[in-house]
Parts: sequence; structure tokens; C-alpha cells
Amino acid sequence: MDEKDLEILRILEENGRLSPEEIATMTTLSVQDVEGRILALEDARVIRKYTAVINWEKAGNGEVSAIIELKVSPERDFGYDRIAERLSRFNQVKTVRLITGTYDVQLLVTGRNMQEVSRFVSEHVAPMDRIRETATHIIMKPYKENGNILFEQQETERLPYSF
Amino acid sequence: MRDFISDRAQGIPPSGIRKFFDLALTMQDVISLGVGEPDFSTPWNICESSIYSIEQGKTSYTSNKGLQTLREAISRWLTRHYRLTYDSENEIIITSGVSEALDISIRAIVNPGDEILIAQPSYVSYAPCVTLAGGVPVPVECTEKDRFRLNPKTLQEKITNKTKALMINFPNNPTGGVMRKEDLEAVSDIIVDHDLLLISDEVYSELTYEGQHVAAATVGDLWERTITLNGFSKAYAMTGWRVGYVCAPRALCEAALKIHQYVMLCAPVMGQVAALEALRSAEEDKNNMVNEYRLRRNMFVAGLNRIGLPCHVPEGAFYGFPSVKETGLSDVDFAEQLLKEQRVAVVPGSAFGTGGADHLRCAYAVSRKQLTEALGRMETFMSGL
Repeated sequence: MDEKDLEILRILEENGRLSPEEIATMTTLSVQDVEGRILALEDARVIRKYTAVINWEKAGNGEVSAIIELKVSPERDFGYDRIAERLSRFNQVKTVRLITGTYDVQLLVTGRNMQEVSRFVSEHVAPMDRIRETATHIIMKPYKENGNILFEQQETERLPYSF
Repeated sequence: MRDFISDRAQGIPPSGIRKFFDLALTMQDVISLGVGEPDFSTPWNICESSIYSIEQGKTSYTSNKGLQTLREAISRWLTRHYRLTYDSENEIIITSGVSEALDISIRAIVNPGDEILIAQPSYVSYAPCVTLAGGVPVPVECTEKDRFRLNPKTLQEKITNKTKALMINFPNNPTGGVMRKEDLEAVSDIIVDHDLLLISDEVYSELTYEGQHVAAATVGDLWERTITLNGFSKAYAMTGWRVGYVCAPRALCEAALKIHQYVMLCAPVMGQVAALEALRSAEEDKNNMVNEYRLRRNMFVAGLNRIGLPCHVPEGAFYGFPSVKETGLSDVDFAEQLLKEQRVAVVPGSAFGTGGADHLRCAYAVSRKQLTEALGRMETFMSGL
């Protein structure tokens, strides 16, 4: 992993749809070199996948998301790993993180509506062994996700010409 | 009624692109590569600190020189980044942008009839500022052949017994040219031998893409005869805040300060507070912006060369400066037709003085998407010629 790899990663993180040709011009590398580096980064699982940032609220699908915080008793030999991995297998669970503070594990869960989310938590998550306590926070409105601002911003007005 | 307008005001030529400006304002869907400012908004931590200081009631004058904390921060920053040493108490003045810094520096040194050499193409205000101060601007042409660096031989030829100072701006607006250490060394001897003063406008210093910026005052024996100008507009996307600064040996600084205190009093305090925060916490924001400019530069310059507008690789600032010579059109005609037919605004190079003709200044401080679109429109325009 060198400076050029990092550069390519930054470019792709910002826009995963750029072609190797476009990335090559920007980085002054050859197309072949760029393709080789991207392949290597994919093989090494540094690049996990290419995806889109979607404002689902605007798409009008009416999904509900909630942050679920869990107090978990760690297991001998495994710590939090086994339970966190188990939670990760649910399709409804989009994010699983081990965190510091009052709670131990934080989930992001999505569902079609509030009932679906709360049913999932009460039927699948809360009853799991070693989960001692849950706190559910329904997300009311996202403003920024993964570095992307979701609300409409006024474009700054610039003069057509300035020296 | 008498004609009240002074000879000096009448003697200054009007802006070379007024008609373009008016035309562009009447048009829809114009992509402007005609601006001399970043497309980014000021990093939010900078804005926030200024808003907070306003809420705290910090809305009054500052000392003429500017906030002491800001001068100290600038002094440390210059030492750390460029090994430039200026004493925050006596050798730094905070100004309302580099524009003011330029004006008070010129007025501090020019006597009537003094010849001031200007490395051109240059920022449009240099020559008028010299004229307004009663001096005589003398262009020194930097050519594409020299990658728009100042050629020592050309400089030498322009020196007369009336020459008092040389004004340079590297990284350069409009060419993107950069003077490396050896280039500065080559001219420093000439400056010293002829006992000239150097005014070095380094407002694009942080926008240097190959290697490190070299501050003119750190080269040879130039420090004692150099006025260094810099500011926050370009590096931190802070054009509207109007904060720049003059750094010079004490006697020169005191002379410039007298003019500054009568014409400006002080730079706006909100801008000064913002500038201080920029130095404290916006290093990473700045680096990210510079990195983005570098990518756009590579993309844009390759695109210009591809569509038949030969362009040297600018090592600094955020301008492409392609030649239109092979198209058979003058830079002014090219720019006008391109605007009318394809709605892309660029500035004809001749607006920047000697050496600018037959070129276009195209700012790549616009989003990559807009750059790609602009290149597409320019390609269409070229194929219709």
C-alpha cells in the first residue's frame, strides 16, 4: 500500500463509478497501473464493494431505521465476538459496532415500519442469551450520512468572472 | 460643470472583461471557468469560530496591525512552513486581503517616476496600483518557453537607472507558473546587484503541486529587501473574508502601516478571528482541497491538450493557461465566441498584460463534473472551428 494506492482509494470513496481511464488521468498513472492497483485492492478486500449513497426518505420508501444499544455479557474465550457476529447475520441489521460507554454494542436496524422494527428487537434481539438490556432509538430524520450531507444546500453564488 | 474625474483615475484602463461579464449575466446555464476563487465553502470550523466571536460581542476595531494572536500565529506558521522569519510585533501587518497589502506596499515605496518591474502575465491590479502611486509600471514578460518563470536575462534587459522594484507572483495567476529555488537564486543576484526591492505576492503558495513552495525572502540575501505578501483567500477558501498580510523588514513595514492606518484602519475583526482559526485547525481541510485541485488539474490539463488547446502543466495555483494560437482566433474572440456558442466562461489572457495574449485563463476551481462538462463543450466548440 503506497501513496498512490491511498490516492486511488480516496478517489473511489468519493465516486466509485469513475473509470480506470478517468482515475489514470487524475493521478497521472497509466490505465494499466490503475487497473492493477484496483484489482489488488479488491483482492486484498481493502475495497469491500461499490455502492450508492441514497436518500431513502426522498425515494419515498418510508423505511424506518433505529439505533439499538445493547448491554452484553461477554463470553469466556470469545468476548463479544460471537454474539456480535451472530447479530450481524440478520438482514435487518445494517451496522454492528462494539462501543465504549454505558452500552457495549450498537446496532442500526431497518424495517418497513415502526412495528416491524420493534417486533424484530423484542422477538429476535432482546431475548438472546447474554443480552442484558436494550435501548431503542428511532431515527426521525437523517441530516448527514457517512460524510454526505442529505439536506438541500443553497449553492453559493459566485460572480461569473473575477480575477 | 467641470470634469471632476482626476487624471489618474482617467488614466487607468477599465476592466478588460466588462463586456463578457455583462453578457454572462444575461445567459443561463453558463459554466464559469472565469473565476479567481475556490469553489469550496470556507471550512465550517472556521465559520463557526467567527460566528461565536460575533456572539461574544467581538465586533470592534482591532489594533491597526491586526490581532496580536493572529500575527503571532502567522509568524509561527511562516517559520514552520517556509522557514520565513518575521517578528510578529514589528514586521507583520494584517490587511483587507492581499489586494490592500499590495496597494500599501507599493505606495510605501514608490516615488513619482520610479519604474516598477512587473513579471507578466500578472494579476490585473499590479500595473494600475503602480500608476495610482505615481510610478511607472514596466512589464517583464514570462514566456511559455520558460514555463512562465521569470527569465533572468529578460529581467536584466528591463532594468534602467530609474528601476526601483520588481513585483512577482508565484505560483502565478493566471499561468500557474512556479519559481523553484534555483530560478529564484538566478534572479536574486540581479535584484541585489541593482539594489532593487522585491515585492513577492505568494497568495497561492499553499497551492503548489510539485515539491514545496519556496518563499522568495528565504533565497540568498533577499530577506532584507523583500516585501512578502500572503493571505487566506486561496488556501482556505476564504475570499469573502478579506484577510491578507504584509511581511517586511521593520522600516518598510512601518511605512506601509502608516498608509494602512489612514486608509483601512484595520482588517475586519470577523475575518481576523476566522483567519486565526484557519491556522489553528484547518490544516487538514486545506490539504484535502489542495489534493482535490491537483486531481482536477491533471484531469483538466490532459483534457485541454486532448482537444487541441496546448497547455503546459501548471505547477501551482488553480488555472490552466492554454494557447489558442493554433486556432487562428485571438484570445478575446475565442473567449467571446466560446461564451456565446457553448456557454463556457474563460478569461482572455491579454487581460493579464504582456505575454498573456493568445492564451486563455481557465480556472479549474469548479467541481469535476462541471470540468468534464466544460471540456465537452470546449471540444464541441473546437470541432466547429
